[in-house]
Amino acid sequence: MEVFDIFLLEAVLNGILLGGLLALLSLGLNLIFGVIDVVWICYAEMIMIGMYAVYALHVQQGWPLLAAMAAGIAIVALLGALMHQFIIRPVLSAEPINQLLVTGGVLFFLQAAATLAFGIEFKNLGVKLPPVAIGEMSFSMPRIIAFVVAVAGVAATYLFLTRTYIGTAIRAISQDREIMPLVGVNPGRIFVVTSALGGSLAGLSACLLVLQYDIHPAIGLSFGPITFLICVLGGLGNMLGGLIAAFIFAQFISVGGFVLAIEWGYVIAFVFFIAVMFWRPQGILGGK
Amino acid sequence: MLSISNVSAGYGSFRALFGVSLEVKAGESVAVIGPNGAGKTTLLRAISKLIDLTGGEVTMEGRSLRQVAPHKVIATGIAHVPENRRLFPRLTVEENLKMGSFPVSSRTRFPEKRKFVFDLFPRLEERRNQLAGTLSGGEQQMCAIGRALMSGPKLLLLDEPSAGLAPVVVQSIMQMVKRICAEGYTVLIVEQNIRQVLKVVDRAYLLETGRIKSSGTAAELLASAEIRKAYLGI
Repeated sequence: MEVFDIFLLEAVLNGILLGGLLALLSLGLNLIFGVIDVVWICYAEMIMIGMYAVYALHVQQGWPLLAAMAAGIAIVALLGALMHQFIIRPVLSAEPINQLLVTGGVLFFLQAAATLAFGIEFKNLGVKLPPVAIGEMSFSMPRIIAFVVAVAGVAATYLFLTRTYIGTAIRAISQDREIMPLVGVNPGRIFVVTSALGGSLAGLSACLLVLQYDIHPAIGLSFGPITFLICVLGGLGNMLGGLIAAFIFAQFISVGGFVLAIEWGYVIAFVFFIAVMFWRPQGILGGK
Repeated sequence: MLSISNVSAGYGSFRALFGVSLEVKAGESVAVIGPNGAGKTTLLRAISKLIDLTGGEVTMEGRSLRQVAPHKVIATGIAHVPENRRLFPRLTVEENLKMGSFPVSSRTRFPEKRKFVFDLFPRLEERRNQLAGTLSGGEQQMCAIGRALMSGPKLLLLDEPSAGLAPVVVQSIMQMVKRICAEGYTVLIVEQNIRQVLKVVDRAYLLETGRIKSSGTAAELLASAEIRKAYLGI
């Protein structure tokens, strides 16, 4: 019994570590939806581009890992700004289904571009970090790093949104877009800044994922859907709801996977998701 | 200070203003009165460039606003308190005021302007950390006026500050307008509550179906038979 408990504790702690990463993944998507009212279906593919960027700069060009990661974040942030300027802006007043379709088009474009540039073989950084043992429990080092950095990223985003003029404007514009010019705010500029911020969060996620997973052009499919589910579970566009949903989901995956089998963790999480959707279609903290 | 000449504007194929001209001199308080749907709100929206003019010209201190981007109008010294206050409901009172000083040139004066607004409306200081959406109607109007004052404007545009408020609150809002004029601000106010607004402004224009029907000092309009009959029910 005692042995069982310690492994259950390990599963719970692993769930918390996973929750931090999932929280970061959902934050950027939620931010963009909450402010611009457009869902970037290709969000996970932008993370994939970030992973390839870190790989290309570190492994192929020989840059130091941290420099490659900083550049990777900057590249995806730029990609986010370009995404808004050239893809979203022209369809900003179009039907939601059309907005969804163009971002879906970008998804395939990015996958195809990555396949052309890097091929379909799995790539990795070749960085091996030893696991951390605490008592009889063992934790993966990249997961601990991912948790700490993700929490720091979420906290930094929170401070940016609450303490700065631009951040306050980002929150204000989601509440009343039309009157922004009356307080001297150019809405178009705020949208570009928000998109770049969402992109930089995708870039940061890429840096953390690339430490744990091999890269291939379709890797977005392995964490894209779960990111969307978390956002919807929390209430699409509600950043706090997304954070809560990330930690709930992570516990289902981790503890459920421990009690039954790894694959069952996801099944239980999705059953929970469907059940919540019947009870609260707008998500845990969703308003509309 | 503000000069509007022969302005026409509308929404799509619907025209709301037909060649409106009016003048606001520095230090004056001027009202545009008229019934619902006369085009009063459209006139203010045209001045702040929330909608495009289809004809005519608006100049602020001799400078045409034709080439000025909507978010740059505030830099010419015009601050607009929109219809229905339009606060950011899920930001605090303090954050709403912060948005009022968003233009980079206003930011350094934020503490000074905030003190000015809190002196004018002590109620806002008590509620500074409360979400704006939870304020009472009168407090929301104070907050909306406060937000507009944060940029340090020369001209304040007020759109129906008394709308949706209890009669006793309307009186206190009108007293605030009077105080703001006394502080040296130039004010252009749009109102349906004609009797109340004519007590606090210097001059007024009567707008009906998108055209200026008459104008004069507040006392003249209060005495005019046309206005007494149609709007004051006397």
